[in-house]
Amino acid sequence: MNKRILTALLLSTASMSLAQTAKLSDGIIKLGVLTDLSGVYSELSGAGSVKAAQMAADDFMAANPGYKGKVQVLGVDHQNKADVASNKAAEMIDRQNVDVLLDMPTSSTALAATEIARQKKTVAMVVTGGTTALTNENCNKYTFHYAYDNYMLANGTGVAATRKGGKSWYIIYPNYAFGQDLNRQMTAAVQATGGKLITPSEATPFPNTDFSSYLLKAQSLRPKIFGTMQAGADLVNVVKQYNEFGLKAQGIGLGIGLLFETDIAALGQDAYAGALATIPWYWNLDQRSRDWAAKFEKAFGKKPTWAQAGVYSAAMQYMNAVKRAKTDDSDAVVKALEGYSFSDFFARNASIRPQDHRVLLNVYTVEVKPKSQAKEPGDYFTKVATIPASKAFMPLSESKCKM
Amino acid sequence: MNLQLLLIQVFNGLVNGAFYALLSLGLAVIFGMLRIVNFMHGALYMLGAFVAFALGQTLGLGFWPSLILAPLIVGAFGVLLERTLLRRLYGLDHSYNLLLTFGLTLLLQDLVKQEMLSQFAVSSAPYTAPASLAGVVNLGFVVFPKYRLFVIAVSAVICLITWFVIEKTRVGSVIRAATENPVVTRAFGINVSAWITGVFGVGVALAGLAGVLAAPIYSVEPYMGAELIITTFAVVVIGGMGSILGSVVVGFAVGVLAAIGAALYPPIANTLVFILMALVLLVRPNGLFGLPEGAR
Repeated sequence: MNKRILTALLLSTASMSLAQTAKLSDGIIKLGVLTDLSGVYSELSGAGSVKAAQMAADDFMAANPGYKGKVQVLGVDHQNKADVASNKAAEMIDRQNVDVLLDMPTSSTALAATEIARQKKTVAMVVTGGTTALTNENCNKYTFHYAYDNYMLANGTGVAATRKGGKSWYIIYPNYAFGQDLNRQMTAAVQATGGKLITPSEATPFPNTDFSSYLLKAQSLRPKIFGTMQAGADLVNVVKQYNEFGLKAQGIGLGIGLLFETDIAALGQDAYAGALATIPWYWNLDQRSRDWAAKFEKAFGKKPTWAQAGVYSAAMQYMNAVKRAKTDDSDAVVKALEGYSFSDFFARNASIRPQDHRVLLNVYTVEVKPKSQAKEPGDYFTKVATIPASKAFMPLSESKCKM
Repeated sequence: MNLQLLLIQVFNGLVNGAFYALLSLGLAVIFGMLRIVNFMHGALYMLGAFVAFALGQTLGLGFWPSLILAPLIVGAFGVLLERTLLRRLYGLDHSYNLLLTFGLTLLLQDLVKQEMLSQFAVSSAPYTAPASLAGVVNLGFVVFPKYRLFVIAVSAVICLITWFVIEKTRVGSVIRAATENPVVTRAFGINVSAWITGVFGVGVALAGLAGVLAAPIYSVEPYMGAELIITTFAVVVIGGMGSILGSVVVGFAVGVLAAIGAALYPPIANTLVFILMALVLLVRPNGLFGLPEGAR
């Protein structure tokens, strides 16, 4: 027999025996981070999310020597466009053999990419996209929703702010899927807690730079809370102009729907001081979080946002599920994930709801502290309330998910 | 809506109008004199804001020095562009300078984005009004930020000066002559090419000035000019391409109308200007203050 054929045979039997211990489709667990590498969400997710996934891969391999060299990370730019996200998701799964899609900022791209993942029977873990549709009308067997969603944001901030005396609200929201959804959820949460809307919520153009009309209206309506469902650059504009018009001094508080650490960095924390928001994690939550954040900062050069920390956690939980299932076959991994309970540096008291694949975890309503109270750079938040995992998310009874 | 709220919005609209006017004024000067459709104007406005921010970060310069320096720097950058790139396209179709300025816009936005990403945040850079203009003032019918009043005043003064120089002074008549009939003007011993460069630089500096003025109100970010420039072009078209008076009057008017629109029916705020443009063009194809080609 030819020597080369013999070696090939030997190698293939060797790899087959390897595959016996962990049946990996192509011998590799490939984590595909589908994210915004160039646009408005690139700093809160983007390259930092790819780095977080890489850290998770490295940590997983170090802890599980059997998988050494078998985890790879691929970062792909979806440009926040649904059509691009669809194409890239299909390409990642078909051509690059990606086993799981992660991150997916922007609700529209998350919905588009998870639909492709469903068709191709590939696991998708949405971390940065917020729409509750992912675990409701658009839920499916292969999609998991990690970290946060609009219901949890509204439920946390709406309830906490109303309880703190914010009985009357004036809410504005950007007129697209995310904003409309968040406004609905926020309005419901405020009303359920005994608060009321002074005037029906107002849709603003999206994107928008000038919010003075709404701020002047708030001035004359005098609500206790001016609620803004804007996100990213639009939120930064709202907050800047909220301060410019001196609304805080006029006794009008600020309630924020979706807040990332990078929005605070963009204006300085004093601009946000006193504002309430709900987040799934922050880097100086406790020692365990600080330790991880320090590692991330050393590797990436910047402190992690909660979105990036969430990507690490989601990637790690996916790999752990592969390990439990002893294969990266999607159906088996889904089975290993469903109903699983865990607690890591990011997700506390966490479990994965089998009926709609909502990942439940403790979340925190925080108040942004003024710079004078910050003990170190990036020390932004005072914890107002911990919302236990069982209370933070939409109860199953309200879910529209039919899986 | 009650009358007071309407009055407040009319007043508030003057602020956005001030920016539209300053930007469309620069566009009108550049188009009216040089026949360049400067698609880059929005990016240069962004550059003005970014230069002001960068001057603060690196040299610790406050708002007041930046208000003078940043437009000069942006203007100088404009002169450089005119000398090296734009002047090669004068004999060619408008679409060439449109493509060039559009390409430069993308380049400039990406350069600034890279610069900001490497520093901290692409969504915005912090910039606040100077202490002397911080805070609000009670005008009786509304509590309004002092800084916004200042913006209205500066814009009005600059627009008036520009109009006066171009329409009423000898400098203005030389510029108009140089662009109307360069050959004859040259025969009088006037350096036409230098005048053209100068006019472009001034037009661009106006965009830079608008950018510095915008920095304390809007977020300083790479794409801050991208949305504004579309509205500004609509303003220039409504006013009449190249009409100085038209750009200023329509600029302020559009700001006021958009504010009323935003208060009455928010979704229409950003569309109003285009509806207006369509209506005006139906009745007056050369714009409100425009004259037919060749009748200037």
